[in-house]
Amino acid sequence: MARVTPDDVRHVAMLARIALSDHDVRQLEQELTRLLDYMDQLRRVATDGVEPTTHVLPLKNVLREDVIQPGLRSDVVATLAPHRQGAFVKVPKVLE
Amino acid sequence: MNEWLTLTAQALAEQLRRGELQPSDVLRALAARIADINPLVHAYIEADLESALTRAAVLERGPRRGKLYGVPIGVKDNICVAGRETACASRILAGFRAPYAATVIQRLEAEGAVMFGRLNMDEFAFGSSTETSAYGITKNPWDLDRIPGGSSGGSAAAVAADCAFACLGSDTGGSIRQPAALCGVVGLKPTYGRVSRYGLIAFASSLDQIGPLTKDVTDAALLLEVIAGHDPADSTSAPLEVPSYTQHLTASVEGLRIGIPQEYLGAGLDPEVKAALAAAGQQLEQLGMRCEPVTMPHTPSAIATYYLIATAEASSNLARYDGVQYGLRVTDGTGTTLRAMYEQTRAQGLGAEAKRRILLGTYALSRGYYEAYYLKALKVRTLIKQDFDRAFERYDCLLTPTSPTPAFRIGERIHDPLSMYLSDICTISANLAGVPALSLPCGLTRDGLPLGMQLLGRPFEEARLLQIAYAYEQATAWHTKHPEAVAHA
Amino acid sequence: MREAYETVIGLEVHVQLNTQTKIFCGCPTTFGAPPNSQVCPVCLGLPGALPVLNRQAFELTLRTALALHCQISERIKFDRKNYFYPDLPKNYQISQYDLPVSHDGWVDAPLEDRTVRVRIHRAHLEEDAGKLLHEGVQDGSLVDFNRAGIPLLEIVSEPDLTSSEAAHAYLTTLKTILQYLDVSDCNMEEGSLRCDVNLSVRRAGAQALGTKVEIKNLNSFKAVRAALVFEQHRQQQLLDRGERIVQETRLWDAKRELTASMRSKEEASDYRYFPEPDLVPFEVARDALERIRTTLPELPHARAERFMQQYGLPPYDAHVLTADKAVAEFFEATVTGGAPAQPAAHWVMGEVLSFLNAQQLTLARTSLQAAHLARLIGLVERHELTRPVAKEVFVEMARSGQDPQTIIAAKGWRRVADPQALATVVDQVLAEQTQSVADYRRGKTTALMYLVGQCMKATRGQADPTVVAELLRQRLTNLMTKE
Repeated sequence: MARVTPDDVRHVAMLARIALSDHDVRQLEQELTRLLDYMDQLRRVATDGVEPTTHVLPLKNVLREDVIQPGLRSDVVATLAPHRQGAFVKVPKVLE
Repeated sequence: MNEWLTLTAQALAEQLRRGELQPSDVLRALAARIADINPLVHAYIEADLESALTRAAVLERGPRRGKLYGVPIGVKDNICVAGRETACASRILAGFRAPYAATVIQRLEAEGAVMFGRLNMDEFAFGSSTETSAYGITKNPWDLDRIPGGSSGGSAAAVAADCAFACLGSDTGGSIRQPAALCGVVGLKPTYGRVSRYGLIAFASSLDQIGPLTKDVTDAALLLEVIAGHDPADSTSAPLEVPSYTQHLTASVEGLRIGIPQEYLGAGLDPEVKAALAAAGQQLEQLGMRCEPVTMPHTPSAIATYYLIATAEASSNLARYDGVQYGLRVTDGTGTTLRAMYEQTRAQGLGAEAKRRILLGTYALSRGYYEAYYLKALKVRTLIKQDFDRAFERYDCLLTPTSPTPAFRIGERIHDPLSMYLSDICTISANLAGVPALSLPCGLTRDGLPLGMQLLGRPFEEARLLQIAYAYEQATAWHTKHPEAVAHA
Repeated sequence: MREAYETVIGLEVHVQLNTQTKIFCGCPTTFGAPPNSQVCPVCLGLPGALPVLNRQAFELTLRTALALHCQISERIKFDRKNYFYPDLPKNYQISQYDLPVSHDGWVDAPLEDRTVRVRIHRAHLEEDAGKLLHEGVQDGSLVDFNRAGIPLLEIVSEPDLTSSEAAHAYLTTLKTILQYLDVSDCNMEEGSLRCDVNLSVRRAGAQALGTKVEIKNLNSFKAVRAALVFEQHRQQQLLDRGERIVQETRLWDAKRELTASMRSKEEASDYRYFPEPDLVPFEVARDALERIRTTLPELPHARAERFMQQYGLPPYDAHVLTADKAVAEFFEATVTGGAPAQPAAHWVMGEVLSFLNAQQLTLARTSLQAAHLARLIGLVERHELTRPVAKEVFVEMARSGQDPQTIIAAKGWRRVADPQALATVVDQVLAEQTQSVADYRRGKTTALMYLVGQCMKATRGQADPTVVAELLRQRLTNLMTKE
């Protein structure tokens, strides 16, 4: 029986960098509990010795040659950026 | 309404190549139709006539060549069209103009198509009803109080209402097929790897595919022929030849064996859906095919499996929407910290369903839960795929309903996420197994709502699916029906 | 009484690979381009973009793995490492988690008195992040994505190192091997090699490892060494006082020469690794691996052995000469050019290396040619040129790239052996050095050496000392017999 606590909600919200109000936390606590409860039915499926499927196609060794391809014009990044300084993207100060 | 607008894409292309119509005239007529109908249906987020006419002018100056010469194609808002805003119907990507074109767009344009219009969708493709778009709800043209399905609801509704000749959608758990069924049009999800994902804004990378929503099976074959094929820019793209699907539509389907998975006919299935499916099965038998029940025992686990894998991948794919490089950035003046910028941008830019899925997916991958949730789901995925492998040893094709119910009312399930997820039960397994699946109209309810049947095939056997669907379509007339609600405007 | 302690050190090295293009896209990797000018949808992580692995990056990683005696994984896959940072476009890094390209190798690092074998835990491939600028930026930081997507080879050692000297030797050995493979130029100052270390201290003889502390922000080999010395001391002091060592990440402060706790409290990151769905797995066939193995160049260790055998060089010389690939090749080319091995070694280890060090240059940046050095050495060996003059010729050769004959002719530095030409100088010196002459006449033979020296000085080293000595002897004998 899955039980998601408010701390769990706040923790994953921190990992996912999404701000939540107390109301959001309470609501998500309920919703996520209900959803994970449903997901818990997988526990009853026998999977001993079963390999996980990460890719449905049996493709392997896809490579590209080390040859320069045309990229984007040098002003594209700055043009797309919500905040720029010259050709750079500007962000709030990053403390190292 | 201009009668050209009821033409199929193929028929339109033929007339345009013969010079009987001009691309710019077609665009103007289409734009007028959209202006009439979109206020009711809201399939389109926007339709930029000017840029489409510029392209049409170029086409008109050149030779009248190409499989889709002059044909306007609507594009779901999660496929990048160069220079055009592409936002996945989300506030967080507002203003993002893609500086490059998706491979499928390049291929369509190489065959003379004209990209016209951004089609509405559930935000980031998270949904089965097109109710979570930041741009408003799309209505089902057959009943404006009902949902068109999702997440490619806009694409399906536009084709159904003759506001588009054909559209591109994307399908991760049923997002092309389910809206196609609910809107009475054809929707095809190709085999995973058949169509390049380069330029498709990712929801779940191991499940996503781009596919066509069209008025009939021939158009689906035509569009698939143009967009399919190996792409060196997509590592998961299959290095396989593309058959000319349109050339082989009339191949014989006699003697083909159709399996009907019993687990898809269980409780929760609307009786009219069940009846329509039975009738469809009978029709296929009349065409010389044999229908038999088959069991796919892991079907009940599909939704849980899907929602753990898809949300895990989505939580990672959507991490890039953080206000740094493009789209929305929320700051509080110069005092904002980096952390606050991330958290507020995502809090304000992402809708409730998007947040729910990201948090669920993050949880499934987090330390202490990875094995029980994500890894477990990957193993059950193997079992689901094996169900298909076994079924396809005996059967050439599988027949199921596309949706357990016809279109439900707007607002009916949006506040109960789990009930919304459960509506994916018929379509979800095909994405988990990577097999091709096609939905086509097979009936109408007493209330006049479309019903769809789903055909599933072996990997890369789209040709066979199209042949079976074509034969069925020729023998029936469901695809000729049009929604009354938007017939005249 | 101070307890005896043991130090346990592990190194994690990130090396930028020498490919033309980035790891997952066709953007160029050249250094120093204008900001955000070497980018594309893939390395920017734009919505809808997808990665495709660079064949050359993969092969260089395999080559390196083989050179480090690693096992190549039967199945190789990539994984996403999820965390938020502005220089990380997708807010995840494509890296490798449980099925890296290679694992379980080793490398022998020569120390002064012995060789230490360091086991390699793993060597894997991943993408680099962009660059953040903070200095001088008002109210914010700036991001440049040119370096985002550069291919990185991460080499993690087992904690087999027990001193900062050993760590330094290991780093140097790695650098040399990577240079020989032409995989990277391993320049810490330019950022093509980055190193993080971890160190723990325990009482001598203790079984359990002490608390591990990670140190970042090391910008040179010297810094690595200094940081390890400092941290070892810091931890020993704490243990002496009976205090606990906190498991943490510390930053090396090069100005103040100490390690400091990181300002921001770093929560134990949950990277939520999962298999990268956008990249397919990789498998390398046995025969493909063998083919790569045969293309490996002679590696430093083997080359040093060969130098000892082939040229009769002592171990120290062999190691010095093979520590840099270009230098080793230059030495051999000099021998091939006609110089005998011992003098060639002497000259390369002496003049060549000190010139390069003093000028802060690499061989490639000088105009020095091995054939010319060989000729110069020949001149010296045949006594056609004195050593002091030869040194000056050498400097000129390094600057101008000209051959020694041309330089000597231009500067008029021909060794003068003609008695006629030297007569004047000899006479002059004899006239001046009356005391030495007197000493010689009294029987002090060493006075002759002094007089020879004076003649050499007067001719700025160009006189042939044998001829000068002979001339002096003749004159002095004449003087003596005259009386």
